[in-house]
Formats: sequence, structure tokens, C-alpha cells
Amino acid sequence: MSADHFFVLGATHHTAPIEVRERLSVDAGAAEALRGELSSIPGLREFTLVNTCNRVEFYGVATSPSAAVEVQSRFCARQRFTAAEFEKFRMSLSGFDAVRHLLEVTAGLDSQMLGETEILGQVKEAYGAAQARGQTGPVLNRVFQKAFQAAKHVRTDTAISSGQVSVANVAVDLALNIFGSLAKTRILLLGAGDIGEKTAKAFQSRGAGSLSVASRRLESAMELADSLGAFALPFWLMPVKLAEFDIVVCATAAPDTVVSHAAAQTAMKQRPARPLFFIDLALPRDVDAAAAKLQNVFLYNLDDLAKIADENRAAREAEVGKCRALINTRADALWKHIEPRLQASLNGNSPLPEQGRPA
Amino acid sequence: MFAGLTDRSWLWLAAECYFVGLLLGTWSLTRRNRQSGVALNTIIAVGYLFQLTGLWLRGRAVGGCPLGNTFEIFQFTAWSAITLYLIVGVTFRLSLLGYFTSCLAAAVTIVSLAIPAWDATRREHIFGGNPWIELHAAIALFSYGVFALLALTSFMFLLRNFSLKHKMPGGGFTFLPSIMDLDSMSVRLLVIGVTLLSISLAVGAVYWLRDLQSVNLTKLLLTVTIWLAYAVALGLRLKGKLLAQRFAWAGVILFGLALLSLWPVDASRHARPAPARVSR
Repeated sequence: MSADHFFVLGATHHTAPIEVRERLSVDAGAAEALRGELSSIPGLREFTLVNTCNRVEFYGVATSPSAAVEVQSRFCARQRFTAAEFEKFRMSLSGFDAVRHLLEVTAGLDSQMLGETEILGQVKEAYGAAQARGQTGPVLNRVFQKAFQAAKHVRTDTAISSGQVSVANVAVDLALNIFGSLAKTRILLLGAGDIGEKTAKAFQSRGAGSLSVASRRLESAMELADSLGAFALPFWLMPVKLAEFDIVVCATAAPDTVVSHAAAQTAMKQRPARPLFFIDLALPRDVDAAAAKLQNVFLYNLDDLAKIADENRAAREAEVGKCRALINTRADALWKHIEPRLQASLNGNSPLPEQGRPA
Repeated sequence: MFAGLTDRSWLWLAAECYFVGLLLGTWSLTRRNRQSGVALNTIIAVGYLFQLTGLWLRGRAVGGCPLGNTFEIFQFTAWSAITLYLIVGVTFRLSLLGYFTSCLAAAVTIVSLAIPAWDATRREHIFGGNPWIELHAAIALFSYGVFALLALTSFMFLLRNFSLKHKMPGGGFTFLPSIMDLDSMSVRLLVIGVTLLSISLAVGAVYWLRDLQSVNLTKLLLTVTIWLAYAVALGLRLKGKLLAQRFAWAGVILFGLALLSLWPVDASRHARPAPARVSR
């Protein structure tokens, strides 16, 4: 039965809570050693290890079901899990289901953040690593290539990846809607807390040009500015310097308004033609809501951003059925194509390429 | 296949192309897909070539620039807007500008073709055999095409501004260009439009000064008023007094007024000489 010879084995965020995933996670050095170990398993013809923060999965082609059992036992031994404990969190699929699973993973349908695109790069990287070590063959090569094509197809033909679903990324998208590009924008982060830092990092990852940090405690501002490669600004200078910034991320713990309507108005008088975008992530809010009425001023608070993120998430979820239908069709065609070849290849008993085996 | 087609047939083909562009863009928007720039630009370019052929045939038949009646003025304005879109819009790659341009071109060309009265008569020798006056008229109408495109970028600005102010950035608004890109494009278009209209008026002024009797006062007043309004808008924008949505509203309203002014201008011209049938 060729279906059992193509398998996926592992644990994902669907099957294992974060504290278990932490224990299952394989770092780069351990992954290298594990790959070496797995390539010596008799009957394991091809394999790839996909290892991200939300999943550790082994895709394999084996001549007998015992090879999959051996993969599991070697992995458990390395991660100090008993087989019984691992089986509580294990995800194990074979044949068509395994093919479909890979296609769904690659398209972001199985991700914790539905439709996210980072997973495609991670799967490509995992496949590239296995291919470079000669651990893939005709079956995995075809399945992975088709999975990449299917992911592209799903993202192009559906809205599964449209709109951002995290507050920080929604804020960045809004800034792009206002400024077009972030390269020439100047960003001010008010407050040195986690949420502000996360948002600042999201801006930097999308090409933000200049970032300054202001906090009531200058040392905190300097510390965060240091870690972000930004400038630190004394908090008391903020009202004077406000006009110099295009985007102001407000995330202080101040009990009262930090940016008043008058302060925003004064800033806009100095830069009337250039928009000013306030992202107010603070509770209580840092920016006077009346500032939103000013021409060329855009103000979004935490609720506004969360609402957009929720709407985007709902829009993505509404696309899941369409995506699954596309994936099913492709997985079905792919399985029909590889099943007879898998059988023929297994009968041929060709070994893993030599470079995949330990010296 | 196309041999023997009349000028109006070519112009109908062009209008159909622009309408197909409108349908394609609307279909893409409703499917929440990013606009297919290549397909839309190809359709617009084909329509443009058809319209160019139609206007060329008409121009050859009348022995000059075809600006002799309301139909021709509307066709020429739409053609100017498309010309500028194909140069500026494609270069700056403002998403949805192609869609809005094809909407405007489809509306203007179909309406002008659907009202036979607009093309029932035309004045012959409207330029008095003077190539400078022909140039003046052509540049003036071309500047109206520029202002048409300005009205579109202004309208897109208003949509984008509305979506951001009202916290509705999703849906069809997703595909609009950014506030800054639209504003910068609008300023450029206004500069181009005012420059062209100024050149046109300067060329016309040389002629008027030589022959004051021939000047149609209604036409002169309306044209100068439109020019002045756009020039004031540009001055206020550059001085930072007319900004953001107010500037965008100005772009839309002024174009509406410019279009409306074409009727009295045309009517006042028809009032003087005896009309001649259009040879088709």
C-alpha cells in the first residue's frame, strides 16, 4: 500500500500547547545532527524537516512503516520525550492526507495566523536544506515544488493573505496608505513599553527610515533606542519637535492626554501639506480624540486597529472554504501523479544519495 | 476588416474599449483582486488608437483640428485625458488611475456619441485658416484633458481620505494609491494644466489683440475665468493655503465648471455663423 510510504509526522500548534512546542523545538545545531541521524535509518528514502515556532514536522518517503516509527523514536530520544508522551501531541498522516497537509501548511491555511506568508519561506528553506544535503528525491522534490505552486495559486486567486491581522502590521499598512513609502518618513515612538517596541519593529521591518524614541524616563528611551538603532529624545521636547515627525506611535502609561488637540494643531501649522499619523496604542489614550478632526491628521486608537485586524481575520476565514477546495483539487491531482511513481520507485529500491548519509 | 469605417464608427469602437476597461476594472474590484495593469492598459491603448483614427478621419474631413461642435470637443477632451494617462499614469503607476480614466473616457465618449444633436452641425473654418488659432484651441482642449485627469486623482484622493478618516481602509479602498502619491500627482497635473492653458491663452491673445472684433466675449470671459480659477488654486496650493481634501474638492469642482463652460462657449460660437452639415 503506497499511501503508507509517504508520511508526515510531528506536532503543531493544533496538537501541542506552547510549553510542549518549546520542548519539541529543534535549534539549528540540533537539527543538523538530527538530519544526520535520520539519514541513517534503513528504509527511509527521502525526508525533510520543517521546523518553525509553531510546528516540527518530518516529511518522509519510506519503504516500510517501521521507518516512520524509527524517525519518531530518534526524535523523541533527542528531545527527551517518551514515545507515550509524544503520542499525546503527535500529528501523523500518510498518503493523500500528508500531501494535502503540506499544501495547506505551505499556503498558510494551517498557520496560527491564518494566511500568513512567512511559512512559505520557512518551508522553502527547510526543503532547500534537505535538497542541499541530498535528502530529497523524486517524490519529495515533486511534492514540495507543487506545494509552492499551490501556495502561490491560493494567494493569487483568493483573499486568504489580504489585509493584516496583527495590530502592529495594520498600523504599518495604514501608514503606507497615507505615505506610500516608509523610507522617507520620520517616526516617533512615545513610551518605551513592549507594545510600542513591537510596533516600532514592525515599521522597521517594512523599511521605515528614521525612528526616535521618547519616554518620561530618558534612560528607558535611550535603552530602547539603542536596541532599535534609533535616536532617543527627551520627553519634554516632544511638543516642540512634533511637527518634525510623520508618524507618532503613542504607547505611554500616562494617565492623561499626552498630545493635545492644540499641540497637534500647532504641529500641523508647521507642516500643513504633509499628513500626520497618530497611532494611539495607549490606555488611557495618549492623543486627544479631537485631533482627528484636523485636516491631514489621521488618528487610530487601539480599538480602531483591533477592529480592522478582526475584520481582516474574518475576511481571511471566509476564504478558507475556497482555499481548501483549490488545495484539495491540487492535492488530489498530485497524489494521483505520484502514487504510481512512488510504488515503482519503492520497488526499484534506489538508496538515498550518498551525500545524505553520515560519513 | 476596418476599411471603410466612418469616423464615428471608430469612435464607437474606442468608446466600447473604454467601456470594457470599466467593466474589467469593476470586475477586478468586486473580486477584491489587484487590478490587472497590463490588461487594462492594453484595452485603453487599443481604444486610444481607435479614437485617434476616428479623430484623424474627422480632422481630415473637416480640414483641421476637429473642434467644431460639442461632440468633437468632448471626444478631444477624452482623447487628451487618455493621452496624458498613457504618458503620466503608466509612468507613475498609480493603481486604479487606469480604471478611473477608462470610466471617465467611457462616460464622456458614450454620452457624446449617444446625443446625435451634438454632432448634427458643426462650424466650418472656425479657425479662419489661422494655424495659431487652431493651436490655441487644441492646447486649450488638451489642458482640459489634463484637468480631467486632475479631477480623477482628486476624486481618488477624496475616496482615500474618506476611507482613512472613517477607519474603513479595506474593501475596494485597498487598491487606491496613498494620500501622498495622489496629492503629489494632483499638484503635478495642476502645474501642467495651468501651464498649457496659459500657453493657449497667450497664443490666443496675440490673435485677439490683432482683431478685437472677432473675439467672442462669452468665450473669452469663461475661458479666462476657468484659467484664473485654476491658477488661483495652484497659487493657494503652492502657498500651503489650499490643501488635502479642500484641494481635492477644488480639482473636482473646477473640472465640473470647466465642462459646464463648454456649452455656453460652443453655443456662443454657433450663434454667429451659419451652421454647416458634417460630411460623413
